[in-house]
Amino acid sequence: MAFINKNHFWPGIILFLLIIPLITNSNYLLSILIIIGLYTIIVQGLGILMGYAGQISFGHAAFFGLGAYTVAILTTRFHSPTVLALLGAALLPGVIAALIGRPTLKLQELYLALATLGFGLLVHIGFTEGMELTGGPSGIAGIPYLSVGSFVFDSDIKFFYLVAGILILLSAGIKGLIESRVGRALRAIRESEHAAETAGIDTAALKLQAFIFSALLAGLAGGLYAYYITFISPSPFSFHASVQFVLMAVVGGLGTFVGPLLGAAMVVALGEFLRWAIPVVIPNAGGEYQIIFFGLILVVLMIFQPEGLGALGKRLKPATQKLPGEGYSTKIEAEKEGGL
Amino acid sequence: MKRSLRKSVMASLLILLLATSVLASGCGSSGDSDGEGVTGEEQYKIGAVLDISGKASSLGTPERDTLQMMVKQLNTQGGINGHQVDLTILDNKSDETEAVLAAKTLIEKDVLAVLGCSSSGPSMAMLNTVQNEKVPMISLAAASSIVEPVSERQWVFKTAQSDKVTVGKITNYLREQNINKVAFLYMNNAYGDGGRKAFSEAAKENNIEVLVEDKFEASDKDMTPQLTRVKASQAEALIIWAIPPSASIATKNFKDLGLTIPLIHSHGVGNQKFIDLAQGAAEGVILPIGKLTVAQQIPDTDPQKEVLQTYINNYTQKYGSPPDSFGGYAWDAFNLVVNAIEKAGPDRAAIRDELEKTQGFTGISGVFNISAQDHNGLDEESMVLVQIKDGKWQLLE
Repeated sequence: MAFINKNHFWPGIILFLLIIPLITNSNYLLSILIIIGLYTIIVQGLGILMGYAGQISFGHAAFFGLGAYTVAILTTRFHSPTVLALLGAALLPGVIAALIGRPTLKLQELYLALATLGFGLLVHIGFTEGMELTGGPSGIAGIPYLSVGSFVFDSDIKFFYLVAGILILLSAGIKGLIESRVGRALRAIRESEHAAETAGIDTAALKLQAFIFSALLAGLAGGLYAYYITFISPSPFSFHASVQFVLMAVVGGLGTFVGPLLGAAMVVALGEFLRWAIPVVIPNAGGEYQIIFFGLILVVLMIFQPEGLGALGKRLKPATQKLPGEGYSTKIEAEKEGGL
Repeated sequence: MKRSLRKSVMASLLILLLATSVLASGCGSSGDSDGEGVTGEEQYKIGAVLDISGKASSLGTPERDTLQMMVKQLNTQGGINGHQVDLTILDNKSDETEAVLAAKTLIEKDVLAVLGCSSSGPSMAMLNTVQNEKVPMISLAAASSIVEPVSERQWVFKTAQSDKVTVGKITNYLREQNINKVAFLYMNNAYGDGGRKAFSEAAKENNIEVLVEDKFEASDKDMTPQLTRVKASQAEALIIWAIPPSASIATKNFKDLGLTIPLIHSHGVGNQKFIDLAQGAAEGVILPIGKLTVAQQIPDTDPQKEVLQTYINNYTQKYGSPPDSFGGYAWDAFNLVVNAIEKAGPDRAAIRDELEKTQGFTGISGVFNISAQDHNGLDEESMVLVQIKDGKWQLLE
C-alpha cells in the first residue's frame, strides 16, 4: 500500500483514469467506474461535512434525489437545455440545504442525525406523492443525454471522461479547501466546537457552508446519475442510500483526502465482486449470502482499520509526512470508535 | 504488537480474496452447465437479471427456480440445435442501479439475450442499456411503459400481461353487468400507479364514471377511511389494485363496513396468501387472473391446457409446490428466446427480429402474437375472471 503516498497518489490516479479506457473496451468496467465516480462526488461532500466539520447527515440521498429529479423534470417536462438543468440540479439542493441548514445545524450529534433522517424521508415521500410532477412511484423515463453544444454524452466512454474530469477538478478544489484556513477551522470544529468558538471561529456559518457545499455536490451527482441511467424512480433515493453514503465515508476514512474515493470504490467493487464470487464458491446461493459476506468483510475492516482505508498509508509509513496535529486527531478518533 | 497483528490479518484477508478470485476464474467456465461438451458445439449464452433478494424477492425466486429447471431440461434434451445453453442468473437485489450493472455484466459475457427484471422499476432502468448495446431483452414485469412506445423500445419485449389487458378484462365485465359508476382504490407504488393510469384511461373510453379514487400505503394496517368514502358514494362496484397484505386488509375492512357492492381485485392478489390473510373476507371477490391458477377448471379445448398441465407437473415434481404466475412469466420468456435462437442462430439482431415475428406461441401467460406494434403480444383472451368461493378460485364465465 506504499503507493498511497501524497506525492504520487493523485498523478497516479489521473494517469490511471486516462489510460483505463484505452486498455479496456469493457462497458461494464467503465460503468462501475462511473458509478464509483458519482458516489465519490457525493461522499467527498459528505466527507467535508462529517470528516472535517464533524456533522453527521443521514439525509444525503434526498439531495442526491433532488438533483436527479431536477434534471428529469426540467428536461422532460420543460425541455430545458441539459447543461442548464445540470446546473439547476446542483443549485436547488444547495438552496434547500441553506433553508433547512440554519435550524437543523443547531442540533448536535444524534439529534442532528435524526433531523437529517427525517428530512430524507420527507423528500422521499415527496417523490412518491408528487404524481404529475415526479411521476409518482413509476418514476420518469426518457431523460435525454447530457449535451454540450452538438457534443452528446451518449456512451459509457464519453460519460466516463466527463465524470473523471469533474472528479479531478473537484478533488483539486477540495485539496485546496482542506489545506486552507477554512479547512483548519472546520477541523477545529470537529475536535471541539466550544474551543473553536473561543478561538474566534464562526462555527455556525462554517457548519452551514459545509452543509450547503455537500448538498451541492450530492445534487450534482444526482443530476449526472439521471443523465447516465436516463430513468429515475424514487427507490434509489431512499433512506437505505443515505446509509450507504455514510458507510462509504466511514469505510474510506473520515478526514482523509483519498477516503471518499477509496470508500466508494470499496463498497461498489466489493458488491460486484461478491455478486460474481459467491455463486462460484457456494453454488445456488441467493443474494442474501452476498449481503452477509458484504457485512462481514466491512465489519472486519472496521475492526482492524477503524480510521478507514484512507488512513492505511499513514499507518504503514508512520514516520513520514505526518502533520503534528493530524496524527493526534486520528488517534483520538480511533479511540472514540473503539469505545463505541 | 497490536499493529503487526492487524497488519497480518489484513494481509491474510487480501490473500483470501485473491485466492477466491483465482479459484473462481479457474472453474468459472464450468459454471452450471450439465452435460457440457457432449456435442462439442459452442455454447449459447443467455442471461437473466432477477429480483431474487430485496423487496421483490417473492417474484424473483419462483422465476429463478423455473429458469433453472428449464435450462436443465433443455440441455438434457440436447440444447438448441445441438448447442448447450449456458444460463447466467444474476440478482439485482430489487435495486435499479444494480440492475443496470448486472445487465452490463451479462452483455460483456456476450449473452444473446437478457431476461428480466422481475419488477417494473429495475426493468425500466435497464432499458437504455439494452437499447444502446442492441441486445434483446424480455422483461417479466407488468407496467405497459416497459414496451411502449415501441418506436423507442425496439429491443425490449415482455411476457407479463400489461395493465391494459387486465383492465380491459375488468371493464368488459363491468359493461356486461351494466355497472357504470365505480370506486377505485390502489396501493401507492409502481404497481398500483400503473393500474390507476390504465384504469382511468379505460374508464373514460367505456363511459364508466370513477366516483372515488383514493390510495393507501403498502404498509397500511387500516383502510376504513378510504372505504367510508366509497360507502358514502353512489358507486356500484369497487375495484382495488393492490397486493397482499394490504389487499387482504382492505378486503377485511370492506366486509366489516357492511359494503355489499361487487368487489373486484387485480391479478396482484392471485395467490393463496391473499385468501389466507383475508380470513374469510375474500369470499365473493372477483378478479382477472392468468389461466395457470385455474388450470384444472379450464375446458380441455383451451389451447393452453396441455402446456399448463406440463408446467405444473414438472414444477411440482421438482420443488414440491405448485408454481405461480411469476414462474410462468419466466417460462414464457425462456421459451420465446429459445425459439427465436433456434430460428435465428447466435445473432442478437436476428433474434430480435424473430421475437418480433412470434405468432401463436402458446405459453403459460397466454397465446403470444407479438408484432412490430405490440411487444407484449397478449390480449384479453389470456386471462380469465375468477371468483373466490369456499377459499378456492372458481372460474366465472
